[in-house]
Amino acid sequence: MVTYFKDIYSGLVSLFIGMEVTFKEFFKPTVTVQYPYETLTMTEKYRGHVELIESDEGKPNCVVCGLCQRACPSACITLAGVKPEGEKKKVLTKYILDFTRCSLCGSCVESCNFNALEFSKEYNLASTRREDFIFDLLQRLEARNK
Amino acid sequence: MSLTLLNVIFAVVVAIAFAAANAAYLVWAERRGAARIQRRPGPNINGPFGLLQPPLDGIKLMAKQLIIPGGADKVLFIGAPVLAMYPAIMSFVTIPFSDSIVAHNINVGILMIFAFASTGSMSLIFAGWSSRNKYSMMSAVRAVSQSVAYEIPMLITTITVVMIAGSMDLMEIVHQQSSSILHWNIFPLLGKSHNILMPASFLIFFICTLAETNRAPFDLGEAESELVAGFHTEYGSMGFGLFFMGEYANIVIGSCMTTILFLGGWSCPFGLFPGVWWFLLKLYLLIATFIWIRWTFPRTTIYGLLNLSWKILIPLSLVNLLLTAGLIKVF
Repeated sequence: MVTYFKDIYSGLVSLFIGMEVTFKEFFKPTVTVQYPYETLTMTEKYRGHVELIESDEGKPNCVVCGLCQRACPSACITLAGVKPEGEKKKVLTKYILDFTRCSLCGSCVESCNFNALEFSKEYNLASTRREDFIFDLLQRLEARNK
Repeated sequence: MSLTLLNVIFAVVVAIAFAAANAAYLVWAERRGAARIQRRPGPNINGPFGLLQPPLDGIKLMAKQLIIPGGADKVLFIGAPVLAMYPAIMSFVTIPFSDSIVAHNINVGILMIFAFASTGSMSLIFAGWSSRNKYSMMSAVRAVSQSVAYEIPMLITTITVVMIAGSMDLMEIVHQQSSSILHWNIFPLLGKSHNILMPASFLIFFICTLAETNRAPFDLGEAESELVAGFHTEYGSMGFGLFFMGEYANIVIGSCMTTILFLGGWSCPFGLFPGVWWFLLKLYLLIATFIWIRWTFPRTTIYGLLNLSWKILIPLSLVNLLLTAGLIKVF
């Protein structure tokens, strides 16, 4: 009989404790982000698709050594370059990333010795056509510089 | 004659409008409240603070086709949603909001409201039975056991209040509590009963209202996790809409009854600004508590639900009834 009343009492008290918790939560500010209208800035270590890094003159750091192309396990990267007359380094003319096959392993960034590749912070990647995921990174770099 | 007919039409229109407006905007309040508790903003796209959400939802529901499943009992299937809404509207006819704002006060108001409220659970049973769906059927079975279990303590508690007041007239019950805040039935000392268990009685009545209106944590009729959506699994369109509105209209009725029976109706504490707004304030505070409770507690099990009623609420309310009867005899 005593346990019966004890159970009722402790049950009732626990109900009020629960209600106190939600009452306090009610007055706290919201924590969700209204996505299309508000966006979060991506964290430092976010790994989006790769992007070319430019030097101070606005040219890509890439020297067309082709290590990233070789390091890529899925053969996503196609690059080409020419060596202009009288220059020491090659100049990048084409850098195509086939993102449909990329698994974001980061081997290309790891293999690069010239600080020419980085992960972008791009996460709004959705399309109905697969061609939209064949990125021309050189074009993206030019677009960024505009 | 024509004047009374006009009165009746006016009362019915006002009752329906009040019930529908409350049902629509309580959905909004519920969604906003739930969102606040879960630290989300809630509906905020349509109109300022999402205030246009309920009418737009209504339009959407009305634009949809009413699908009757093959093998369903058509008459009951269509009748059930109507049955969910009408007891609430009928009950508004006799609920007094203040001395003058009442459609038609009758001296057995409590009896009438409970008579209509008891038909409310019939809508669940009909809907579950007629849908030809095993989940709906299980839900109907649960609704029967739940309404049997919770109408008993609710009625016993109501009898306690009726004994104290000596009347089934809702106006009369409020008038007897109106002398001061300490005469409200929830407070034990100055009321006519001097029964120290009256706060417990209030809690029992409130819990039973939660259960009778099928609100969480007692919404076993529509337990999504096990019964899809229970009795309204097969309902789409405005059939579902009527069930939804009926639920909220029943909450309003339940809160009105709690206000009148225990919180002194429209009588104001300390004689401050007497008027109908005291009734509305108490009413909406109770409704806010309904919403608050729903988003605090998880759903009980069917065993927990029945144990709570048969092992705790019914014995306690019976003790309270006996105690009140004895104290009325003594004083």
